[in-house]
Amino acid sequence: MEEKQTADYTTKYPLWDKSMKSTHKILIPNMLPWHFLIIQELLKMEGYDVEVLEGDSRTVIDEGLKHVHNDTCYPCLCVVGQYIEALKSGRYDLDKTAVLITQTGGGCRASNYMPLIRKALAAEFPKVPVLSLNFSGLEKNSSFEMTLSLLLKLAYAIFYGDSIMWCYNQTKPYEAESGAADVARNVAVRFTVEAFKKGKYKNYKKINAEIIDTFAAVKRTEEKKVKVGIVGEIYVKYSHLGNNKLEEFLISENCEPVVPALMDFVLYCIINVVNDRKLYGHSAAKAALYKLVYKVLHKKQKNIIKQFEKEGTFEPVHDFEHLRHCADKVLNQGVKMGEGWLIPAEMAALAETGVPNVVCAQPFGCLPNHIAGKGAIRTLKNLYADENIVAVDYDPSATKVNQENRIKLMLATAREILNKQ
Amino acid sequence: MGIDVGSTTVKVTVVDGNENVIYSSYVRHFARVKETVLDELKKVKKSFGGEYAVSITGSAGLGLSQRSGLNFVQEVQAAFIAIRKFYPDADAAVELGGEDAKIIFITGGTEQRMNGSCAGGTGAFIDQMATLLNIDAAKMDELSLKAEKTYPIASRCGVFAKSDVQPLINQGAKKEDIAASIFQAVVDQTVSGLAQGRRIKGKVLFLGGPLYFLKGLRKAFVNTLKLTEENALFPENAPCFMSIGAAFGSVGEAAQSIDEIIKKIESVEESDEIVTGEPLFKDKQEYADFVKRHRATDLKFADIASYKGDCYIGIDSGSTTTKLIVITPDCRILYSQYLSNKGQPLDVIIDKLKEVYRLGGGRLKICGSAVTGYGEDLIKSAICADFGIVETVAHFKAAMHFKPDVDFIIDIGGQDMKCFKIKNGAIDSIMLNEACSSGCGSFIQTFARAMGMEIDKFSQEGLYAKHPVELGSRCTVFMNSAVKQAQKEGAGVDDISAGLSSSIVKNAIYKVIRATSPDEIGEHIVVQGGTFLNDAVLRSFEKEIGKEVTRPGIAGLMGAFGAALYAMENKKGETSTLGEKQLEKFTYISKSTNCNGCTSKCNINIITFGDGRKFISGNKCERGAGLKPVSADTDIYAYKQERLLKCVNGTKGKRGKVGLPLQLGMYEQLPVWAGFFETCGFEVVLSDKSSRELYFKGQHTVASDTACYPAKLMHGHIESLLDNGVDFIFMPCESYNLDEHCSTNHYNCPVVAYYPELLKANNERLNDTNFLMPYIDLNMQSNTVKKLHSIFAKYGVKKRDIKDGLKEGFTRLEKYHGDIKNKADEILKKAEEDGRQVIVLAGRPYHLDNEINHGINKLLTSLGLAVLSEDSVFEKGDIVKVDVLNQWTYHARLYRAADFVAKHKNVNLVQLVSFGCGLDAITTDEVRTILERSGKLYTQIKIDEINNLGVVKIRLRSMLAAIEESQRR
Repeated sequence: MEEKQTADYTTKYPLWDKSMKSTHKILIPNMLPWHFLIIQELLKMEGYDVEVLEGDSRTVIDEGLKHVHNDTCYPCLCVVGQYIEALKSGRYDLDKTAVLITQTGGGCRASNYMPLIRKALAAEFPKVPVLSLNFSGLEKNSSFEMTLSLLLKLAYAIFYGDSIMWCYNQTKPYEAESGAADVARNVAVRFTVEAFKKGKYKNYKKINAEIIDTFAAVKRTEEKKVKVGIVGEIYVKYSHLGNNKLEEFLISENCEPVVPALMDFVLYCIINVVNDRKLYGHSAAKAALYKLVYKVLHKKQKNIIKQFEKEGTFEPVHDFEHLRHCADKVLNQGVKMGEGWLIPAEMAALAETGVPNVVCAQPFGCLPNHIAGKGAIRTLKNLYADENIVAVDYDPSATKVNQENRIKLMLATAREILNKQ
Repeated sequence: MGIDVGSTTVKVTVVDGNENVIYSSYVRHFARVKETVLDELKKVKKSFGGEYAVSITGSAGLGLSQRSGLNFVQEVQAAFIAIRKFYPDADAAVELGGEDAKIIFITGGTEQRMNGSCAGGTGAFIDQMATLLNIDAAKMDELSLKAEKTYPIASRCGVFAKSDVQPLINQGAKKEDIAASIFQAVVDQTVSGLAQGRRIKGKVLFLGGPLYFLKGLRKAFVNTLKLTEENALFPENAPCFMSIGAAFGSVGEAAQSIDEIIKKIESVEESDEIVTGEPLFKDKQEYADFVKRHRATDLKFADIASYKGDCYIGIDSGSTTTKLIVITPDCRILYSQYLSNKGQPLDVIIDKLKEVYRLGGGRLKICGSAVTGYGEDLIKSAICADFGIVETVAHFKAAMHFKPDVDFIIDIGGQDMKCFKIKNGAIDSIMLNEACSSGCGSFIQTFARAMGMEIDKFSQEGLYAKHPVELGSRCTVFMNSAVKQAQKEGAGVDDISAGLSSSIVKNAIYKVIRATSPDEIGEHIVVQGGTFLNDAVLRSFEKEIGKEVTRPGIAGLMGAFGAALYAMENKKGETSTLGEKQLEKFTYISKSTNCNGCTSKCNINIITFGDGRKFISGNKCERGAGLKPVSADTDIYAYKQERLLKCVNGTKGKRGKVGLPLQLGMYEQLPVWAGFFETCGFEVVLSDKSSRELYFKGQHTVASDTACYPAKLMHGHIESLLDNGVDFIFMPCESYNLDEHCSTNHYNCPVVAYYPELLKANNERLNDTNFLMPYIDLNMQSNTVKKLHSIFAKYGVKKRDIKDGLKEGFTRLEKYHGDIKNKADEILKKAEEDGRQVIVLAGRPYHLDNEINHGINKLLTSLGLAVLSEDSVFEKGDIVKVDVLNQWTYHARLYRAADFVAKHKNVNLVQLVSFGCGLDAITTDEVRTILERSGKLYTQIKIDEINNLGVVKIRLRSMLAAIEESQRR
């Protein structure tokens, strides 16, 4: 074939260069408040001037609606809305502000948030560069500079954030004294950040034990409550803005929300590269490297689980190997776009640990979730008799009353299951 | 006591200590939830007094319960309680409410389901359709029982169904048949949308208002589910079933006196959770100034009772309304009408034309006439009008009359929204609303009626609203629940009216026009269409864009006026329009039948006029209209359809029969797998040809009803293969498509990649032996061989055979691609010789399927165009660099095809997009950018299971008119 010419249809956008590290403030959209708070602090220690955005007003959604395509998924809309709202607020010097977004490079639309955000910002904020945080070598001109040490710190931050979230959700619904769980959480976040400051963040066994102890010390009632798992598309699963404060709602409904760890998603992304080798014979070297990283992280996860078991107050986080095993019962681990096989895996693992009630949260029209979410429910019901799943679509116009009504239906069944026991 | 507060009604039930229902009531609440509940409670107080354990249920009851502190029982749960009480042997229950639909499976694993946030098929939907037919639901029910046939109608959301129903009405299909079709659509929606792979069988209970009152709907359910009489239960207390359940559900709650309950409900206050906007007008003075300003663009009138001389007739036969205008040569209005179609536009027009002749008393000389709009073809042929013109052209003509320097026109009608930009005195780009984001005029009307008000009064209410509610900007179904929420929060009718006006405007600006700032829209804006006669909408529009706009006094008649102007400018010689005497004798008979021209067997309508002339509609190609088809020489879709099937040799295999479902990825990879299996000794059996029937065949296994139509059709293909007795079905899972070396990555879309997983999980007939879905990356040869060998070794297939098979497969694929490209060259050459325009109808490989593209290729050829596809030309385009991450194989083809189009004269592009395709939200903007950089028009057509070529035709004709215009310059 003859060598083809290249036609360039790209538009010019502001690039990120390393020197901006000292001049620019970087805005980060929020997804998980406590994880991101820890991450924000540790990035500051690295010399980045970062700020996690907290905006969650209706203006955020309206700005999102105005700036991205109608059919684009809800998470993108929320994120863009948060940026625009912040940039319009006058709080930032527009010549010296950048925004950061993660990119997985997977076969789902999420990898395209980056150009969509650029497009959304171009008209009003032509000088604000969009930074990509990715591990796939995308956007070489606008990538966040990643070092091995920073990667490691991020991994630890996620482990600690997970433990805090996990303990908090198991404490808050049962706290004897109102607000005690929140105090414990603030304490835990504070000493975790402190550990990073002192450079002692690698001592994860000590930090994790301290987190568990802090929460275990909170006085609890003996009440038995309905446990409800939250799974789904990563953003609406975790983000309060994305899921209309689902956790709060469940707690107000006298339930215990069970939100699986963020580390599971990280491990999922890593192991998919290993799976590509196994399924299709893709690059062996790449797979070997990823497998190594996986082993390191998984070993830490195992140790954390052991600590939970030893202490005994809390249900331990899921073991990722167990999740993989669960996935195999439902569908192939080849379903790797979006959250893919992780969704049914978590639903199965939840069912096996006494949480048959699940909210499967997804943005309206999320393609991978047709298959891994709604599509897998039937198989799960065949596997677990009590499985009680409600798939909820999140969307700028889907109303809270509609969503809550559906969740309440699931809760009514959940209460029956609980009473039966 | 149980109180059920639904989206449209309130039901109250009282049960005594012996579990007897002693009181039940059922009333509509017209959004006055609190007041209605109180009225009903007072009735209870009067009849019984006393103390009650009470529970509230229902979609609008949640807020009431939260704020009054009374117990809440989820409505499906309430139904469940009542079912166990009264029908312990029921196997399943179907409940349709005002805006909800639910299914409860009782035996064989209890399960309760509700419609998702995007689902019509409910009471409100039926009401909406009845409004469209200009009858009430009871009358519709009565008609439906006399139906002879049903038409396919989408019921996923009201907007879709409307665009199915409207053409049927315009084409003169019988109301009886339409009514029955609507009910059938509701049933189909319930079966596919709610049952999601689970069959509804055994003793089935039917609940809720619509199912209680509508016999036709019951009949459709019973027939579709194939229930015997004793298995279909229609309880007497169906409308109040939920409130009965809630009453039983409150057993165990503490009893309280009726006065206390009333007091608690009375104490419920409006919450501040709803977001509100600014009032439309500060005061009456501001409104008066506004009205005065817009008066300036009113046309003058001439008195038809005394006028003598020439005149011109313009008719706009729209989707819900008919507009007719008669003007003098100096553009004074002699006569005008803006009428509802009342289901049959032809009758309306004949009637009014007669009136024109009568009023004119022989003094009028009709010099010309023109027709535009949905009903253009029918009306033009019925009254022998001189011209039929595309709506967009008509509107432009009219707008120019009022504002010669107009650069932007927006027209919001009853059903559709059209916007066009004008550059250098010609239409530069056209934006039409997609079926999904309608929210147009008839939508406000439906709401007004739901609140028991006429549209005029309803919009007047909004003018002085203090706190217009923010309702978001999306489709009707969503809007319904947003309104529901606002009502729940206590917003008044005025606030809702103003909020709806602003929603419509936002929809237009941000979703249809897709403007990021008001400046993009233009400087000299003309707004028109019946909806803009509503001052609240007009004001919202001006407020939103921050500019004053021109709204002619005849805003609703602009299409007709433009048509009349066109007739005036272009008429030479005598008019052919029916004269007074001919009109008197005018009669017609409408008959629906199936065309036998080809295997598609389209539903067609034949209207025979009194003088023997015939008008045929509903046909997808010329054959239906009794014409000879345009030569397939200029249509690559026709060529590809034949060529693809030739990739299967049809050899009998000694090792068994493999079924290949011809849908999604198989439309691209059939050559590979046909070659592979035939070489390895299997006979290849293809699934049945796609059709609506095939879709229904697999509908019960569809797990996610918002997936794209190609995916949902796949379920039918699988069923057909299972019925054809193949040994196994083969459908690989492929994260990666073939790498064509023109993109960053080469993924398949998630649906194409993993749909086999969903099929297997949701079809109980499939198992590990009869459904093979290996994970394969065809770029990795040796791994693929290994994988396939591990599967087929048990059939005695050697590794050698696998290698040969794949080699043969790829040879066939290469040959197939080569032939398509050659054919494309041929068509391009021929088109150039004939001076024909070429359209690249660009989509995905599976858009080749006629059931999916609805024969748009044939429509294009019938308009005299040559048709190519994206895969036939993309290699002629350069490798493109785009802003978005270019990581899907099929998308990369789209970009390159667009590049080819951008660089060639006489070639244009129409992009086909399947509804629900999330990835195309990204590609469409990019393809548009590529085309517009070189000044080409971008046209997108969204396709779904609905089959409404009327709208598509208007779009394509507008596009052609614009192309012609730009070439003239």
